[in-house]
Amino acid sequence: MEFTNNFILEAITREFPETVISSSEPYGMLTLEIKKQDLKKVVHHMKDSSLGFNFLTDICGIHHPETPEKELGVIYHLHNLVENLRVRLKVFMPFENAEVDSLVELFAGANWMERETFDFYGIKFKGHPDLRVILNDPGLGYHPMLKQYPLEDGTRTDKDDVMFGR
Amino acid sequence: MKDNALSNILTQYETKEQIDGQLYTLNLGPTHPATHGIFQNILTMDGEKILHSEQTVGYIHRAFEKISERRNFTQITTLTDRMNYCSSPINNIGWHMTVEKLLGVEVPKRVQYMRVIMMELARIADHLVCNAVTGVDTGALTGFTYMFQDREKIYDMYEQVCGARLTTNMGRIGGFERDFTPKFHELVRDFLKTFPARFKEFGDLLERNRIFMDRTIGAGSISAERALSYGFTGPNLRAAGVDYDVRVASPYSSYEDFDFNIPVGTSGDTYDRFMVRQSEIWESLKIIQQAMDRLPDGPFHADVPEFYLPEKADVYTKMEALIYHFKIVMGETEVPKGEVYHAVEGGNGELGFYLVSDGGRSPYRLHFRRPCFIYYQAYPEMITGSVISDAVVTLSSLNVIAGELDA
Repeated sequence: MEFTNNFILEAITREFPETVISSSEPYGMLTLEIKKQDLKKVVHHMKDSSLGFNFLTDICGIHHPETPEKELGVIYHLHNLVENLRVRLKVFMPFENAEVDSLVELFAGANWMERETFDFYGIKFKGHPDLRVILNDPGLGYHPMLKQYPLEDGTRTDKDDVMFGR
Repeated sequence: MKDNALSNILTQYETKEQIDGQLYTLNLGPTHPATHGIFQNILTMDGEKILHSEQTVGYIHRAFEKISERRNFTQITTLTDRMNYCSSPINNIGWHMTVEKLLGVEVPKRVQYMRVIMMELARIADHLVCNAVTGVDTGALTGFTYMFQDREKIYDMYEQVCGARLTTNMGRIGGFERDFTPKFHELVRDFLKTFPARFKEFGDLLERNRIFMDRTIGAGSISAERALSYGFTGPNLRAAGVDYDVRVASPYSSYEDFDFNIPVGTSGDTYDRFMVRQSEIWESLKIIQQAMDRLPDGPFHADVPEFYLPEKADVYTKMEALIYHFKIVMGETEVPKGEVYHAVEGGNGELGFYLVSDGGRSPYRLHFRRPCFIYYQAYPEMITGSVISDAVVTLSSLNVIAGELDA
């Protein structure tokens, strides 16, 4: 049994036939977009079954304002340390009431990573023990990594770089 | 055992008045000599015993991820400097390699070896700071003053390579801005000759020192299972007994060419973390020696003019260089769309860069996987039930760098 991207994809589709929306392999890393409601089940299965993804490398958010149904996303990087294989999971959700299951019960380290994602994108994590903002000021009142907040004052005209790239 | 101690303590308090009378709150930080950076620990104490602790971080949050969405790829290097400022070259080079992975740029063998040398020098500097400071926090200032002289020599080498000492902004996408100078070779040769004896002296001061061992053995220990659950990487994970090292697990920049060991500990306590870092410095020295001996000839940067920022003198005198400079800075070059995750073994563990590109001049999304941020959340669990002096040495041996914590 070769422990490859294909093998993992098959194992997950066999266990959860409905959940994988799309899969790709950018730069060799298996990337699965899965249904939001199945996230915790899938990660739990990946962690505790023979797939052995026992290490949560990273959680981060992303914002795509141009796709309303999939406006906010959370991206998980999981790592099987024994076979040394990484998998990227993605879930997407609309902007209103963005909420996804918390992974703190599975990985203690998910705690601050989820707080950071909440802080930057306002995505709530259901079941998180202590979901507060972490890096920004608690009184900030908005989630600064969302694309509608430009880095610089949008009313400035002297720095209009419409001619140069993005 | 520590949990039992805690519950025993808590059952002694029957009324709130009793709790109010006996417990007190201590602020360790935000600016406190023992935190070595700006972050706050609010400790609930009974006498010297820590019953509960809570962390406040973000005092130097500078929104690097947001800023990155407006800057072009070369300008982001300066942001990575300021994360783990004890080993800036690793951050810089890790970022360059992420972009090269996105662009599909192959760098020459010489560049890879040069990068290995710089990254291992940075690792030595990083570990020296951590271990010397662990010594200071146990009351041994002498080793600190010795080792900071050697760290100074490493900074002199940085200066030869990139002109800066702390926030190095080292290298370019595709290689280095200039080749190693003869002076650099001289400095490295000198360092490799004199440092081992001095470092051994430092080790002799602390490694088998009864006082140091009593202070650190068993202080702030964590099991391998909990460490993995908390997402520990780097020396702190290896001290708990898990031999995960990005340099070996997924070799980058020709690390597979070198012969070195991955030291591991057993109990994950402060002493093991100290010893793992000590051993890693010896291994880094081995790697530098091998890389210097076998440093291949060839160009010091990849031949990719559309991504490699040209030399400034050429920009002023040559047409092509001026065009490429303009195109790179203004984002007129074709950058592939895609997403890439690249990890390097930083001073504190797996330093990851998750880059999403939409083909524009700056990243659509850039996320830094910062090892400090992830493992610092385990700190309450490691110190609850122990005494304040253990908490201080635990903090210094975890090597929490505020810049990396907050990004």
